[in-house]
Amino acid sequence: MWDYTKKVMDHFLNPRNVGEIENPDAVAEVGNISCGDALKLFIKLDANGRISDVKFKTFGCASAIASSSALTELVKGMTLDEAEKVTNQDIVKVLGELPEEKMHCSVMGMEALQAAIQNYRKGVKDATPFDRDEDHEGRIVCHCFGVTDVKIRKVALENNLRTVEQITSYTKAGGGCGCCLDDIQEILDGLWKNAPAVAAPAVKDPTGFSGLSLVQKILKIQDVIDKEIRPLLERDGGSIELVDVKDNKVIVRLKGRCAVCPTSKITLKNTVQGKLREFVSPVLEVEDSAG
Amino acid sequence: MDNKIIYVDNNATTQVDPEVLKEMMPFFSEYYGNPSSIHSFGGQVMKYVEEARHKVAELLGARDTEIIFTSCGTESDNAAIFSSLFLCPQKRKVVVSKVEHPAVLNLAKELDRRDYQIAEIPVDSKGRIDLERAEEMIDDSTAVVSVMWANNETGNIYPVEKLAEIAHRHGAVFHTDAVQSVGKVPVNMANSSIDMLSLSGHKLHAPKGIGVLYVKRGVRFRPFVIGGHQEKGRRGGTENVALAVGLGKAAELARVNMNVETTKVKALRDRLEKTILETIPSVRVNGDVENRLPNTSNISFEYIEGESILMHLDRYGICASSGSACTTGSLEPSHVLRAMGVPYTAAHGAIRFSFSRFNEEADVDAILTHIPGIIQTLRKISPYWN
Repeated sequence: MWDYTKKVMDHFLNPRNVGEIENPDAVAEVGNISCGDALKLFIKLDANGRISDVKFKTFGCASAIASSSALTELVKGMTLDEAEKVTNQDIVKVLGELPEEKMHCSVMGMEALQAAIQNYRKGVKDATPFDRDEDHEGRIVCHCFGVTDVKIRKVALENNLRTVEQITSYTKAGGGCGCCLDDIQEILDGLWKNAPAVAAPAVKDPTGFSGLSLVQKILKIQDVIDKEIRPLLERDGGSIELVDVKDNKVIVRLKGRCAVCPTSKITLKNTVQGKLREFVSPVLEVEDSAG
Repeated sequence: MDNKIIYVDNNATTQVDPEVLKEMMPFFSEYYGNPSSIHSFGGQVMKYVEEARHKVAELLGARDTEIIFTSCGTESDNAAIFSSLFLCPQKRKVVVSKVEHPAVLNLAKELDRRDYQIAEIPVDSKGRIDLERAEEMIDDSTAVVSVMWANNETGNIYPVEKLAEIAHRHGAVFHTDAVQSVGKVPVNMANSSIDMLSLSGHKLHAPKGIGVLYVKRGVRFRPFVIGGHQEKGRRGGTENVALAVGLGKAAELARVNMNVETTKVKALRDRLEKTILETIPSVRVNGDVENRLPNTSNISFEYIEGESILMHLDRYGICASSGSACTTGSLEPSHVLRAMGVPYTAAHGAIRFSFSRFNEEADVDAILTHIPGIIQTLRKISPYWN
């Protein structure tokens, strides 16, 4: 049972601006039936280039319909330049809030709007789905839902998304077979690597780890690997061994199933680094000896 | 909003029968003793647990000693499969169907991670098990075969006796998750080849939190929940007296009311399904209509999405469920409908109505009053509907 706000329910049960516009100035269709949601948006402009009428048709769940309806209310009266700046967060604001797992519905609304504006500027008059610049640029990362790296970066930046789970909630990428989860993690790593926002708080070293001798460091790390980490990995048919310790960098080798697992990088960051930071010191960085 | 609840989601859970509740109440207050106690105050309680066991055995056509009380269907499934694997360590293969409940399917996935070999028997477009493929998959390296008696989403009934025979030819144990069939269709373990069977109290008008694992006499068993001597050493943990008594009463009532399932309940389901098929365009029934539970109807309303339909039904107090992705937060539609190859245009708009003996004609009337308008409203919004 979803905990939808009153505004979401209102827009779902009494959607505004449902329908089609004959001879629209701008039109676009995003999503498709196999993905489980799709939105077709029609826009009519007045003499001053402002959106005088906007209509939609949506296939999807309550939040998809509500997001579409909210979008149409939001953009009426805007110029295309103004409308182009509308983000999925603006749609969510109209609705109060959306469950995290349903954020992709608001992203779909933003995409339809941007696709329609692009089509208008290019003079495209039909609503072929998957015809946006970002679908042509970049490469497909999630093959289940046809999501490109360009889209993942864009949505991540606009919504300040830091985890793979968030990317799945907002774009659906990774929500099918899960083969691309590692890929998404890498995109996020690359994206936020130089971002000062999260890197800013310098990691403190309350444990005094940096001041330990190398042997003491190795003993502490080996102990946590033996007691906390390896049993976890063995449950999934994998294992781990400590290869080297250089300053605050721990180099390990993943073995067994973990070595061939498509999500090994996530295991490394979440499980191995997470546990070492929890039990030894927050200053530790973990690397895979295989590179 | 009308406050009357029209509950047609009985494959998810059922209303506790008032008679069941009445039977249980004293065991929450007066008779709180531990059945294992030496003093008569506690010890007297064991008599009621054994009476309940007998009633469950009667419903299943089994012996009292073949009934082990557990906490739920999922525990029973886990106990059956882990016991079979433990007692036959040289065999590393587990065969299940592609349409099992997550209680078995996710256990199979976990066993795959623990280096067991898993084979999933496919189904055809009506959700019927491919017996030829089952013959190929079940071999001498198979430790256990687990296929559900009836499917929770479509209601399809599976050829469990035939599968049990195939399993036995290869020396494998056969287990069936029968949580959807017990109480809805007759079950007689006395004439059955099935080695182990799981059932769940809350699917047949007993409360949540009680289940049973049937283990045929002569089939070796190792406990899954290890502890005290309870259940003849086959399931540790102090007996859940009140809920066991409740399940006993529910089993007795299920036996008495078995004909109601195939008459009244089936008639309600059939009238709803027939009227929807006749009056609403572009709908299809998912599953094997010739061979399914009498209470279940899985209907796809094409070109619209299931969660939207449920949310509209909810406004009128109508409780059903959906195979759509959006209802669970998952992004793909139900694994059962995907295994059947139901096209996406239909899979996203699949709604399951499941009845019980507590439903009345008025419930069907109410659904039929509201559903055409809901479907029309949503199709008017859909870009795929013209």
